Amino acid sequence: MKKPTLAAAMSALVWGSGQIYNKQLAKGLAFFAIQMTLIAVEMLGGNYFSGAFEFREAGFFVSGIWGMITLGTQLSELTYQGMTPGDHSVMLLLQGIIAVIILLLVAAIWFGNVKDAYQTAKNFNETGMVLSSKKWLKDTWEKSFEYIMMVPAGLMLVFFVAMPIIFAVVIAFTNHNLHNMPPANLIEWVGLRNFRFLFSIGDIPGGDMWLHTFTNIFIWTIIFAVVSTIVPFFLGLFQAVILNNKRIKFKKLWRSILILPWAMPAIISQLNFRQIFNGRFGPFNRFFMNIGLMDPYSPIEWLSDPRNPWLPRGTILVIGFWLGFPYWMALMSGLMTSISKDVYEAAEIDGASEGQQFWKITLPMVIAMAAPLLVMSFAFNFNNFGLIYFLTEGGPINVNFIHAGQTDILISWIFSLTMDEMMYNLASAMSIIIFIIIGSLSAWNFARTKAFKEEL
Amino acid sequence: MEAKVHLSQNKKAKAKNTMVTILLYSQIILVCFIVLIPIIWVIGSSFNPGTTLASAQMFPDNPTLRHYIDLFRDTNYLNWYFNTFKIAVIHTIFSVFLSTSTGYVFSRFVFKGKKAALITMLILQMFPSFMAMVALYVLFLTFGLLDTHWALILIYAAGQIPVNTWVIKGYLTSIPKELDESAMLDGASKLQTFSKIIFPLMKPIISFVAVTAFMTPWMDFIFPRLILSSNANWTLAVGLFDMITGTDMNNYTMFAAGAVLVAIPITILYVAMQKYLIEGVTAGASKG
Repeated sequence: MKKPTLAAAMSALVWGSGQIYNKQLAKGLAFFAIQMTLIAVEMLGGNYFSGAFEFREAGFFVSGIWGMITLGTQLSELTYQGMTPGDHSVMLLLQGIIAVIILLLVAAIWFGNVKDAYQTAKNFNETGMVLSSKKWLKDTWEKSFEYIMMVPAGLMLVFFVAMPIIFAVVIAFTNHNLHNMPPANLIEWVGLRNFRFLFSIGDIPGGDMWLHTFTNIFIWTIIFAVVSTIVPFFLGLFQAVILNNKRIKFKKLWRSILILPWAMPAIISQLNFRQIFNGRFGPFNRFFMNIGLMDPYSPIEWLSDPRNPWLPRGTILVIGFWLGFPYWMALMSGLMTSISKDVYEAAEIDGASEGQQFWKITLPMVIAMAAPLLVMSFAFNFNNFGLIYFLTEGGPINVNFIHAGQTDILISWIFSLTMDEMMYNLASAMSIIIFIIIGSLSAWNFARTKAFKEEL
Repeated sequence: MEAKVHLSQNKKAKAKNTMVTILLYSQIILVCFIVLIPIIWVIGSSFNPGTTLASAQMFPDNPTLRHYIDLFRDTNYLNWYFNTFKIAVIHTIFSVFLSTSTGYVFSRFVFKGKKAALITMLILQMFPSFMAMVALYVLFLTFGLLDTHWALILIYAAGQIPVNTWVIKGYLTSIPKELDESAMLDGASKLQTFSKIIFPLMKPIISFVAVTAFMTPWMDFIFPRLILSSNANWTLAVGLFDMITGTDMNNYTMFAAGAVLVAIPITILYVAMQKYLIEGVTAGASKG
């Protein structure tokens, strides 16, 4: 007779001991080894056995968690005895996050270990049998196949996608910026100060100018995202309809030409357009100068006119149409051919004209099918960094904005705040705001799809 | 009399028909022009003898291959090309392996935490990717992976998992589950069912994942800019950007030559694979 609760309690304290009590030696030792590794990493990695204890010198997990809470307490200083030990707030924060993630994974294994000890003992009481560790391994492989398959992808997601995002989110609650750069300075937790600053709540000097910049850029971002989703969509639809007209011969040839803007690497087209629309030397203006339609001494600065922000913005939008319509054209052609021929035959028998067939059948069906893609495209354009950055790098400069130009959208503004101005805290705070906008939109979009309703 | 009216009506209809045809063709030809001119311009510029934008001509009087030669002689262009290609190939292999396995698991099995995992992936994918920039920089700094291509491959391979899992899961709903079940009845293990039965049937969607994965390093600018500091390690996007905006700002024609050499193979690949690309996009969105 085995006592399930005893087995579970043993395993809870000393991993694997419950399994050994259940006579599953190999499995027990495996669990025990995991626990020992964990303890060894902590004890041997830290400085536990030489007098005065300091959190700074504890092992990976303890010092990580301490570091995450305090963000470091002392700076390295140069004294006549050499450099004193100092804290690097960012490294500590990162270490803390990694430590917490690993501990959570370990906790999951620990839980499995306790549950397994309990279950095996209970099974033994009922059936009088204990699986050998080898048989157990084979069973587990087949039973946990789905989990095991996901381990590599899961680990990569946790460490290269989730962890950095968590880090970025928590940075929004610190004062990490150009003036607080480890290792020269320590950074501190500041609560919601960055958000209050962004929205000008309370008296933080300079806040109103931020709000001004933020509001303006935000409005332009929305306009930019909406226009560069809707217009290419309809241009593409229009082009697909014309291309698929039965009067047109050599469809394949035309299609291959028209699809080029989508097929070419976007960065190359964008950098190329930046040159083509150069005010003084660009071929576009030179052409008009040569035929005498433009004064060479006051050319139109398509992408850099400092007086009228809507000129560079408009140019960007038009270039976006060029880049964007072929995707929709290709997609629409695909969707249109997927509509069953029977529908059209039935319509023809009922005497519907070509035009009626298009407006009453093709268009509504195609739009219904493309709707989720439209929302995805909006989310993409909202963060369409390349179209802005490679054409204008956000310029021309607007003196009333903080570190932003006339054509900057949120994403390119955040990029320069991070890369050039090192305002990590504010950049993170704004990323969170973007995420809330895009996230709720996509979630709403997704919740309406068939996939979601069926699956969850 | 009646027949005559009919005839003239017929004539009218024919004339109208011709008009429509002409209109349609002129629209298509016009748009083709708009599409082609910037492309011809960049190709033409690359053969110009001068180096500045101001002197570049669409159809140069004395075409030269000078810039193509300079590209290989004076810059690290060949390195960049090779780097990008290397990252693209390794990333493709990683992506196909990682996302087909997760996509398969999510489409076929019911298990604890499935719902939570799917939603988490959906949320992760909504964060602007470079939000992770600072953390990734520190992470790779700590592990000594800065200025290496492995850092980029890891970022790309991890970043594509959420989207592609959803896309593959969507595609797999069109492959009947009975196939899996009968294979398992015949005694195949889950791994065998996946690798022998389902994986070969996933060819179209794997092509989609592979092409998009292969394209990523050719297009992406933010991460190579962040991680690769030495010129010889750059990818093409960073190198070409630097040619236009960096210290050799005037060297437009060399940029053009470099751009042409990248654009040709990529464009051909894209046009050839467009069927799969469109199929993949719709699988992710509507079939779900």
